Amino acid sequence: MSHTFTLDGKTIPFVDGQTIIQAASAAGVFIPHLCYHPEFKAHGSCKLCTVKVNGRHTASCTMRAAAGMVVESETEEINDERRALTQMLFVEGNHFCPSCEKSGNCQLQATAYHLGMMSPHYDHFFPNRAVDASHPEVLLDFNRCILCSLCVRASRDVDGKNVFGLSGRGIKTHLIVNAKSGQLADTDFSLADKAAQVCPVGVILQKRQGFAVPIGARKFDKAPISETTEER
Amino acid sequence: MGLNELHAEVVAGVVDRVVNRYRRDPSCMLQILREVQEACDWIPPAAIDRMQELLGVPRTKIEGVAGFYSFIYTEPRGQYRVLFSDNITDRMQGNRAMMERLCNNLWVERGKVSEDGLVSVGKTACTGMSDQGPGMLVNNYAIAGLSEARIDEIAELIRNKVPLAEWPPAYFRIEDNIRRADILLNADFKPGAALLAARARTPSDGLNASNTRSWREGLPSGIGGPAATLDEIKRANLRGRGGAGFTTGLKWEACRNAPLKAGHQRIIVCNADEGEPGTFKDRVLLAKCPDLVFEGMTVAAYAVGATRGFVYLRGEYRYLLDHLNAVLAHRRRENLLGKDICGLPGADFDIEIHVGAGAYVCGEESALIESLEGKRGTPRNRPPFPVTNGYLDQPTVVNNVETFAAAALIALNGGEWYAAIGTKHSAGTKLLSVSGDCARPGIYEYPFGVSIRQVLADCGASDTQAVQVSGPSGICVAEAEFDRIIGFEDIPTAGAFTIFDQSRDMFEVARNYVHFFQHESCGFCTPCRVGTSLLKNLMDKLHYGSGSPYDFAEIEKLNQLLQSMSHCGLGHTACNPVLDTIAKFRPAYEKRMMQQDFTPAFDLDRALSSARQMTGRDDAAAHLTTEHGSKP
Ligand SMILES: Cc1cc2nc3c(=O)[nH]c(=O)nc-3n(C[C@H](O)[C@H](O)[C@H](O)COP(=O)(O)O)c2cc1C
Ligand code: SF4
Ligand code: SF4
Ligand code: FES
Ligand code: FES
Repeated sequence: MSHTFTLDGKTIPFVDGQTIIQAASAAGVFIPHLCYHPEFKAHGSCKLCTVKVNGRHTASCTMRAAAGMVVESETEEINDERRALTQMLFVEGNHFCPSCEKSGNCQLQATAYHLGMMSPHYDHFFPNRAVDASHPEVLLDFNRCILCSLCVRASRDVDGKNVFGLSGRGIKTHLIVNAKSGQLADTDFSLADKAAQVCPVGVILQKRQGFAVPIGARKFDKAPISETTEER
Repeated sequence: MGLNELHAEVVAGVVDRVVNRYRRDPSCMLQILREVQEACDWIPPAAIDRMQELLGVPRTKIEGVAGFYSFIYTEPRGQYRVLFSDNITDRMQGNRAMMERLCNNLWVERGKVSEDGLVSVGKTACTGMSDQGPGMLVNNYAIAGLSEARIDEIAELIRNKVPLAEWPPAYFRIEDNIRRADILLNADFKPGAALLAARARTPSDGLNASNTRSWREGLPSGIGGPAATLDEIKRANLRGRGGAGFTTGLKWEACRNAPLKAGHQRIIVCNADEGEPGTFKDRVLLAKCPDLVFEGMTVAAYAVGATRGFVYLRGEYRYLLDHLNAVLAHRRRENLLGKDICGLPGADFDIEIHVGAGAYVCGEESALIESLEGKRGTPRNRPPFPVTNGYLDQPTVVNNVETFAAAALIALNGGEWYAAIGTKHSAGTKLLSVSGDCARPGIYEYPFGVSIRQVLADCGASDTQAVQVSGPSGICVAEAEFDRIIGFEDIPTAGAFTIFDQSRDMFEVARNYVHFFQHESCGFCTPCRVGTSLLKNLMDKLHYGSGSPYDFAEIEKLNQLLQSMSHCGLGHTACNPVLDTIAKFRPAYEKRMMQQDFTPAFDLDRALSSARQMTGRDDAAAHLTTEHGSKP
């Protein structure tokens, strides 16, 4: 059955079971998001995709569309809040974009541009996070992890491997890998895994590929994230 | 020597025993971890190896669960693990000095393990003993009413490596401190009476068959015992006592009407996580009238057609476990649990107790269910709600301990009787956990509608500045509001009633609560995970004298963000204590606004403190003078 709801005044069709963000992107409307990926079960944790449904804030990646919903997304209030969330993610980790291999291909960076984030605003936490360079092909730079769990879902649901997981609680939440040593080299991870492809930021990086494409000629250098299709 | 250096085979033996007792069921992961730790003092890597093998789950899953809970250790924390309760009331009762005393006594640094690996001393969120603080946990067993003398004795016992089981039993005595009893605490309740009354509500014998079928299949049968019992709950106007105040009858009905998938059953969960600082009434209900609570759960099972029940008991109440299990065993013997309860064919229901491990967020019902399933206690995306998709995706009722106790009395005495107590919008009585600055802290049961002023008078509070009602996530009430009443129509409460007299610094109260939320955020969603840390940093900045009016605006902005974007109630309410105290006790903040203009939180002298500690220096030359008032 097909029905519609409105998103910032525009009529959006949807089919039963679709979430707001799925229906919106099918209709070509961009809603900022970081932990959502069309190929995986929604997580609902980053909250970047928050919209107002009939006046109430809710994450559009987990909320099912319903006929007649009135959804607001591109309002000054909501974008201010989304910008604050990106600022939080920047200060929580260590993001030195100019020296990052992901710069220009990074969804956090591109989303921050999209939202007009001009400064981190908050004091940096400067957490102490080690880098895992044990694997022959892949480097893990945890400094940039935004805990979106996409690698967790990809490894579990697509690769059938459970290479990644989240541990800790609260501000100490962190990514772990499936090895007694805690090292990626001791897991069954491989570059061919789906999990090697999904990180929206610069944590899971292929070694010896540094700056193959120069900064300035990368994905989000060519077109803003709001006009770029989903595959990463 | 301790078990820290246990051989892998010994550890594997412990794991085998525990895992097999839990039927190798990965959904019992948290219980397995807790029991393995009780035997090994921590979770050594060899234990994880073995669990991985026996349970067939990836290491990431085990480590992820272990890492979530404060009371599960993947690094050795000593044979004696001492945690001081750090609620604001414990602070007011001098817990800090006692902690220091114990650390000095044992030559151990706060938060660290002693060099010989014998003991660690740290702090933890409120252990639910505010009426008899300061409190502590030793290897998860509660000790209350600490004094300097007791601290010295405990140090001696630890130094002499006396096993915890041989410590004087008097240390572990927890008082009920019931100061005012009403229908619940006065109930002269005979186990089984409420169930017999519920069964008797069956209009005629002819209907019995369909009623028992309704229990067995969970299919509502229209009229008869279960439906009549549900009607009584509705008639009673009972609302949840865990904080949110949802109408119990509607919740039960939604669960009863939820379709059952093949192989599924309905589930009843009693929320005994009681993590809200300053709340301890569920502890007293479970200690004093467990039969009433279990019977309420059984009545719920009867009404909705559930066959399996859980009590989620907070880890801090581990000491109640054996007693509660004994009561359950007795009820089984009396045919009040198990098969064909009260002789009703097909009336099957049993209750098991799961013990938490130090995570306030697990009181949130969907996080609680995740935890019951042996996972990290992360709140779920809702909808769907537990009444349709709860424990292992089955229809589940989650209610507070006190809600079930009230339900048992309603089944016994009828809805009208209950609705006549209290006020028009708030039926029945409410247990208050009174603590802080008063002569008689403890449990007070009042019909709804009692004023703050009345409670203060009854408990012997004088010179009161403020009352924090319902804990940090509740509201802070100032003197001008003392005529307001406890009830859903005015001040709803989960039960905490913490009193502060004029000598208390309300800024420090709020700062303690903010630290609590920061520590307890589950870390799932960005706004709460990062926002509670930002808020904590702001409060610490004010505390250290670098605050300016600019910071007020910043707190207000954070509050807005946490309220609108957070995933669960923890994030939604995390700013409440600050906003309330700013609004009502502004001078406590203004005193700290040393700066007129924005001042950075960074303070060079304070940043050097770790260098001073390492070099053992604290002389004048080791300090920098800064313009604003940092404390050396
Ligand atoms: C962070 C958080 C912690 C909570 N802690 C508890 C608790 O310790 N005990 C409790 O009964 N309810 C707690 N709740 C409320 C539960 O989610 C749920 O509403 C309640 O158990 C339902 O029972 P009731 O309807 O009988 O009140 C908490 C909620 C949140 C958001
Ligand atoms: S991952 Fe993105 S945001 Fe993070 S440092 Fe790299 S470019 Fe910057
Ligand atoms: S490593 Fe990347 S994909 Fe995995 S949780 Fe961190 S940010 Fe997300
Ligand atoms: S994209 Fe929806 S919460 Fe992250
Ligand atoms: S981290 Fe728990 S509500 Fe956000």
